[in-house]
Amino acid sequence: MEQQFDSATLGMWVFLLTEIMFFGGMFCAYMIYRSMYPAAFASTSQHMNPLWGATNTAVLIVSSLSMALAVRAAHLGQQKALQILLLITIFFGLCFLGVKAIEYHEHWVDNKVPLIGGHWDYSNTPEFPNQAQYARQAQILFCFYFFMTGFHAVHMIVGVGLMLTIFAMAHKGKFNSSYFTPVEISGLYWHFVDIVWIFLFPLLYLIGHTKNLI
Amino acid sequence: MHQLPSVRSYVLVWLTLTIMTFVTFYISTIDLGDWNIVVALLIAFFKMMLVILIFMNVKAESPLTKLFVGAGFFWMVLLLGQVAIDYISRTWMPEGKMW
Repeated sequence: MEQQFDSATLGMWVFLLTEIMFFGGMFCAYMIYRSMYPAAFASTSQHMNPLWGATNTAVLIVSSLSMALAVRAAHLGQQKALQILLLITIFFGLCFLGVKAIEYHEHWVDNKVPLIGGHWDYSNTPEFPNQAQYARQAQILFCFYFFMTGFHAVHMIVGVGLMLTIFAMAHKGKFNSSYFTPVEISGLYWHFVDIVWIFLFPLLYLIGHTKNLI
Repeated sequence: MHQLPSVRSYVLVWLTLTIMTFVTFYISTIDLGDWNIVVALLIAFFKMMLVILIFMNVKAESPLTKLFVGAGFFWMVLLLGQVAIDYISRTWMPEGKMW
């Protein structure tokens, strides 16, 4: 049993390594473009609301805590606590997606979605004399924003689906203190998605925050 | 099975993560020039290590699993490091700053 548990954990980590490569490529591309257009990235970042970003970070951290406690409850064979903690995790996961939807809607209304919709309002960026050039660079950051947070949100949706499945299994009493591998494995996935957001928050929301608040 | 961290250490980690989120938010309002991104990434790295070691309980995993987690870091260092070296050395790029 011990060996089975170890191999399951190891297998999950191998999957997470492929996920690191998937997100790693995007982080790498982001690094290159940010080094090429630092001023445009800093200015464009102010169109994102860091308060929503910080709220979502806190929400995800709480969900990670409840997930870790759920794994602990499963380990100790506490059925009731396991189910309640899984529900709390699902709730905060949905909160995150809700806030993300509000943010996407705001960007949609402001015509900030690249390629789709109308034009940017350039009037409040006098520091960029070449507006057409600035608009292109700003759209690069928004492309990164939508791709990175979008793929992260897809992972969140998958995570919530996973948690619903685990909850259904827990409800049927499939887990006990000697068998809880699925809880542990999905917990690893949930924490991984949390870690990706921990990096996305400062990289997307807090670049040009400085000028905004002072 | 593995030794699990106590509820107290889970809560302490959660508290630290939340405080660090506020800290990173606050520091971004202070103009440190090029150092803003360095501080932000250091805090993010610290938060990541807390999640990996305590929440994901890699601390208590088998050496083989630890090796695989380490391989993930090694891959990211290779990817970002090599690409950064390439772009830093391109003196003809418009703005030669890596952050």
